[in-house]
Amino acid sequence: MSSIFGLWHWYIAGPLIGLFVPALLICLNKMLGISSSFEHICMLVLPEGKRSIFRFNMEENGWKILFVAGIMAGAFIASHFLSSTAPHFLPQKYYSAQGYGKLFIGGLLVGFGTRYANGCTSGHTIFGLSLLQSSSLKATLSFFAGGLIYTFFAYHF
Amino acid sequence: MKKIGCILYGIAFGIVLTKSEVISWFRIQNMFLFKEAHMYLIIGSAVAVGALSIQVIKKFKVKTLKGEEIRYSGKPFNKGFIIGGLIFGLGWAITGACPGPIFAQIGAGEYPAIFTLAGALTGAFVYHSVKEKLPR
Repeated sequence: MSSIFGLWHWYIAGPLIGLFVPALLICLNKMLGISSSFEHICMLVLPEGKRSIFRFNMEENGWKILFVAGIMAGAFIASHFLSSTAPHFLPQKYYSAQGYGKLFIGGLLVGFGTRYANGCTSGHTIFGLSLLQSSSLKATLSFFAGGLIYTFFAYHF
Repeated sequence: MKKIGCILYGIAFGIVLTKSEVISWFRIQNMFLFKEAHMYLIIGSAVAVGALSIQVIKKFKVKTLKGEEIRYSGKPFNKGFIIGGLIFGLGWAITGACPGPIFAQIGAGEYPAIFTLAGALTGAFVYHSVKEKLPR
């Protein structure tokens, strides 16, 4: 057993992540999902005239903006107070003008793709698969296919 | 009260994502290169626990803390799940972050992830600007 300051192994972290499915349903009656928070943030940033394109369901998805704010705070706590050494999550190459550009383009694909697919790894892969939804399985397989395609070309060409 | 609950759940989720390094670009690379099982085991065990919980909720007709009926539903399939899914997958491999981890990377002090978030917000905006013209 390693301490909580080291890496949390899959058999601890995986089940904990899975428990968010019933916990959010039972405590808040909400379905786990994150990518629609992008739309909420867009609406807060954009002038009023442009907001109407989103048709955002505040009742269903309005809570997510608080959830993602919490994720940010939780990551801060985990990396500053629950880690023995400062963890690194991004490679050094992304700390450059070129890296920023690459992250922006990658982010563009994440934002566009998750909204087009109506969900991300949390909404489809964790929540949708927990409901045994074939639509979420197709989405999940597509996420992985996209990632494998990119990684293959990035390493071989 | 409900708002505090949302934030606390977010904090807990952020801690788990960060401490299990699900938010690490390196872990995502190793997943797509089949170099380590860490991510697959996390996703697999999370889905197993989630699916089991749903079965328990169904079977015992579990209610919310307030005594309400628990509401959940799947999402009806359309072609966007495949096309959008592939596009997201490319972005996931480039940035090493799916939506939750973007916020976690920023919170963990990996400030270039702010560019990922800016891209994601722009991407969501572009999607909604052109969605009528996209195949379904």
